[in-house]
Amino acid sequence: MDDLHVFLGQSHVLQGVSFTVREGGVTALLGRNGVGKTTTLRAILGLVGRRGTVRFDGDDLTSLATHRIVRRRVGYVPEDRDIFAGLTVEENLRLAERDPEPRYDLVYDLFPELRQRGGQRAGTLSGGQQQMLAIARALLNDNRLLLVDEPTKGLAPALVADVAHVLERLAELTTVLLVEQNLGVVRRIAHDAVVLDQGRVVHTSDAKALLAQPELVRRLLSVSAGEAS
Amino acid sequence: MSTFILLSITGLGLGAMYFLIASGLSLIYGLMGVLNFAHGAFLTVGSYASWWMSENAFDGIHSVLLRFLLGAVCGLAAGAVFAALVELVLIRPLYQRHIEQVLVTVGLSIAFVALVQGIWGPDVHPYAVPGWLHRTTTIFGAHIPNDRWVEIATAAVVLVLLQLFLRRTRYGLVIRAGVENRAMVTALGIDVRKAFTLVFALGGIAAAIAGVLSGVYFNTIDPGQGTSLLIFAFIVVVIGGLGSLGGSAVAAVVVGLLQQYVNYYAASQMGDIAVVLLLGLVLLARPRGLAGAFAT
Repeated sequence: MDDLHVFLGQSHVLQGVSFTVREGGVTALLGRNGVGKTTTLRAILGLVGRRGTVRFDGDDLTSLATHRIVRRRVGYVPEDRDIFAGLTVEENLRLAERDPEPRYDLVYDLFPELRQRGGQRAGTLSGGQQQMLAIARALLNDNRLLLVDEPTKGLAPALVADVAHVLERLAELTTVLLVEQNLGVVRRIAHDAVVLDQGRVVHTSDAKALLAQPELVRRLLSVSAGEAS
Repeated sequence: MSTFILLSITGLGLGAMYFLIASGLSLIYGLMGVLNFAHGAFLTVGSYASWWMSENAFDGIHSVLLRFLLGAVCGLAAGAVFAALVELVLIRPLYQRHIEQVLVTVGLSIAFVALVQGIWGPDVHPYAVPGWLHRTTTIFGAHIPNDRWVEIATAAVVLVLLQLFLRRTRYGLVIRAGVENRAMVTALGIDVRKAFTLVFALGGIAAAIAGVLSGVYFNTIDPGQGTSLLIFAFIVVVIGGLGSLGGSAVAAVVVGLLQQYVNYYAASQMGDIAVVLLLGLVLLARPRGLAGAFAT
């Protein structure tokens, strides 16, 4: 993406964000709370009005409607899961089907619980199960890029490890742009890191190289590199 | 006892019409966030198109029943097309601009009544229906006008068909999901605008059915009928819960019965006040209505 600007009300949330996501593997989008990480993902999908250029596989996505961007095989796991609480688990998955042959085998291999709970209303699932469902929706189709927003947010430590394992599997299948506060997860799965601050990219490097510099991590993210690892 | 039965069946008949209008209103608001004040115009399109076709295009047909049915089918088709055009031409350019949507739909509602008055005059027109509908059926001593059964049965069939559509079809799934979170539906790669047009068309059909049935219920049609029924349909939608068909059905029955009982047992015209009081009570106790935000 190149020189991406987003205004939300009076706030200039993204102020010329530019970076490239390498094909294959996981690029972590890092930064303190409120610096524009979620807005960046939403801007890529066209869920918020934006100015600038978003290119995917050589094509300019900027003028496309959200559903057309997604149909170019871009998957999205939103920060707050955004599962459809009034639909059943099975209906949530059915709604997400885009490919002629959705990958239910993969989904149920990673999340066998979802098969057992197919008839259950999604709003009654636990937080961890809802996160599984949100990831499963993105996994169902053969996406070339996955935008994953804070998948471990609010999860118990045991579940964080499970989600990290799933993300590792995802990274084997497709390119992932990951927003994540848990640096342990980032260290485990990310290859590249892009750090935002106040709506601008302030650092780009190899993820492990960044996390190996505690002082830099503390300055950029206001946390210690060993935190949550 | 016979009076109570008559009041109950009449209240259910009235509730059936409220439900037919409210079902479209509720889905439109639930999915799109559009307060469609022009929904009464869909009803008027249905009643006037069915009346005009029956009186003019099918006047050579001897059977009143066949004329009525053919006219009704034309009324439903006109309601669907008109509603879809309203969505495509007036609402679609104004997505996310809710104030402008309200202004446009209010303006259309007023202009449409004036247009109908300009073409067919402000007076009521007798609405020809098969003779059987004017006769009565005696139940436990109560002489029930037959049209009440038709109204109740039609609303029940529409409710079942809409529920089947929402639960058994892909578009139904999209609509139910869209009522909850429209942005996330688009983020799954679904063009939710097609669902918007479809919901408007379905709402137009249901309102047009209400238009035909209001002609049967009141034996006449007039340009302001849609607007007056729309007020109670809005109350039904709010009481039932925006976006909920089941909630609208329950609320329509409650409102229809309450109006009839209070009008008879308290004082004439008190029924309307009782409905408004009920609305206030429901909003205080359950601000999201009886069923909340799910398209059930």
